[in-house]
Amino acid sequence: MAVGAFADRGADLELVGIEKRFPGFTAIENLNLTIPAGSFFALLGPSGCGKTTTLRLVAGLEEPTSGRILIGGADVTNQKSFQRPVNTVFQSYALFPHMTVLENVAFGLRRRKIGDPVAKAHEALLLVELDHLAHRKPQQLSGGQQQRVALARAIVNRPSLLLLDEPLGALDLKLRRQMQLELKTIQEEVGLTFLHVTHDQEEAMTMADTIAVMNKGRIEQMGQPQELYELPKTAFVANFLGQSNLFTGPVVGATSTAIAVDVSGQKIVVPLGRAHRVLGEVTVGVRPEKLTLHAQAPTHDDGCNVMGPGRVIDVSFSGVSTQYLVAVPGVGTLVVFAQNTAFGPAAHVGAEVWLSWNIDHGFGLDDDPDDAPRFEADLDTQTIARQRRSSLITELEEA
Amino acid sequence: MAFAAFSTATSPSTEPVARRRSPVALFLLLPGILYLVLFFLTPLVSLLLTSVQAPREFGDIGQYDYAFRWQNYVEVVTTYWPHIVRSFSYALAATFFALLISYPLAYFIGVKARRWPLLQSLMLVLVIAPFFISFLLRTLAWKQLFSDESFVVQSLKALSLLGPEAHVTGTAFSVIFGLTYNFIPFMTLPLYTTLERLDVRYLEAGNDLYASPFQVFRKVTIPLSMPGIVAGTLLTFIPAAGDYINASRDFLGGTGTQMMGNVIEANFLVLQNYPTAAALSIILMTVILVIVSIYVKRSGTEELL
Repeated sequence: MAVGAFADRGADLELVGIEKRFPGFTAIENLNLTIPAGSFFALLGPSGCGKTTTLRLVAGLEEPTSGRILIGGADVTNQKSFQRPVNTVFQSYALFPHMTVLENVAFGLRRRKIGDPVAKAHEALLLVELDHLAHRKPQQLSGGQQQRVALARAIVNRPSLLLLDEPLGALDLKLRRQMQLELKTIQEEVGLTFLHVTHDQEEAMTMADTIAVMNKGRIEQMGQPQELYELPKTAFVANFLGQSNLFTGPVVGATSTAIAVDVSGQKIVVPLGRAHRVLGEVTVGVRPEKLTLHAQAPTHDDGCNVMGPGRVIDVSFSGVSTQYLVAVPGVGTLVVFAQNTAFGPAAHVGAEVWLSWNIDHGFGLDDDPDDAPRFEADLDTQTIARQRRSSLITELEEA
Repeated sequence: MAFAAFSTATSPSTEPVARRRSPVALFLLLPGILYLVLFFLTPLVSLLLTSVQAPREFGDIGQYDYAFRWQNYVEVVTTYWPHIVRSFSYALAATFFALLISYPLAYFIGVKARRWPLLQSLMLVLVIAPFFISFLLRTLAWKQLFSDESFVVQSLKALSLLGPEAHVTGTAFSVIFGLTYNFIPFMTLPLYTTLERLDVRYLEAGNDLYASPFQVFRKVTIPLSMPGIVAGTLLTFIPAAGDYINASRDFLGGTGTQMMGNVIEANFLVLQNYPTAAALSIILMTVILVIVSIYVKRSGTEELL
């Protein structure tokens, strides 16, 4: 990296056949990834999926076992981390405790001998609205403030590529939402390439232009947030990115536009364009908010899949929507999110209900759900609420 | 001593506690205060008084009267200024070399060996192991190794690295060597305790912010390990300045390498010139106190402690 000059814009990042082995396990296997310049890219996955290792490889803090890393077309695989045009916002922030906030921010500028580091550091602090605390020590700041200093310390260098290692993880929910918006705004303002690593699917979806869902050292699916949500390719993606109702069965019929899957005697139709596999045992699914509850068996409609009857086994109210758990014999338990447009729940526990959804809302997966057991995102508020509720009920029963 | 110097720096935090004076706290402090009065304050005052005593008229050797003879100090400085200068330069050199040897050692044990706890504890044991043998014996052993007939010196002479008439014992080299050797554990252990807590993520952050490994060391590692450096250098410098074993003629020293400790010993025990010895002791203490307070103030480690 040239001394005394900023990168004038963000750069592409290209990972070619990256593999990283640690003694005893493989963290990343055969990773190929291209991130276009100026985009906000999120690597999403559960802990231990290799996303942080990927980030450290790009930063130069780890060396790949094999493969190449290119930034802006230049091979940086053999460059040390201090030579790479990359800056990181660390999960722990790693602000130098022996320096003031201002000196922390000016650190990178001084190392690269960029003119007037103090004025530029003040500018960066103004951007994150912390210039009034420039002469404090990092440990005198709150978590959110430290996070913003860490961000300022990285972006002040105008790196071609900014790496964010779950930087919002330590913040409370409200502050996290606020910081997400600020980060997004800053990214648009400065036009850098952001690579953001997170396990929070909501965070990834609100901030990123492109998301890559990682699992066990591999990228399961990559695309725009909406695309990933509406048309997940694997059961892992379907369950990690939001919730899904998945059904498995053999394909019993196919037309030029759709396939029909038999699930315990109930026929589910999925458009051909939204199904990844069209023969043999397939898994199809639908998002919980796409389901509609009916008190009576709905009249037959070609545009809809109908399932039922089933029994409501749980109702939990969460403000905007109500979540129903419906047990359908032979199929399993389905999750339904219903908007609270009317006062009071649409169905009570024990009620017999039918479910329907528009055929166009279904999707067919590429893999067999038996390989990947149902995954419940631990940070999903609904899941937490449900667990709370069930633990409270058992507690009450014991008392 | 070193810790008393630090405590002044951290006193603001204890202020609100002091305001709520409680008789229980005073009562708990009583044994400590009594101990200090009896074993620190009393001898100190006695030493001060001795240092300005005048020889008794028509008295024997070693007989002195209480007086206020401040000329003692002038005489001591004019007579013994080479010893004073030598003491502090030897101590400074020994501290410097001990730091030079101990820092990489402590860095290896505290940072690099973190992945192998067994190696870490083994190396720590090796650092402390010399304490199991009296340091007098160890210093005597070095005297044997450096003596004119020793294998080491004979080999050096055979290789013409030393002149035929050269000696190793009794030189400034052997005294500084002895001081460095004896105080290395006192330097290594405080350094180890700070470096062991050093968060390597700061080093990674430094690397990420375009600092070369050397710059990271200078700008991040050194400042963060400052508490250990200050504690280690004080624990080495203070006792080394007053040391009288290594520089003694019975051990590694000679007539030309006498330090303040040797002069004080000779005046107290051999010449029975108590005022001179006392005045020298006071000078030694004062100079150390001044150097240490400037050092602690300048190193700016208050908030890292």
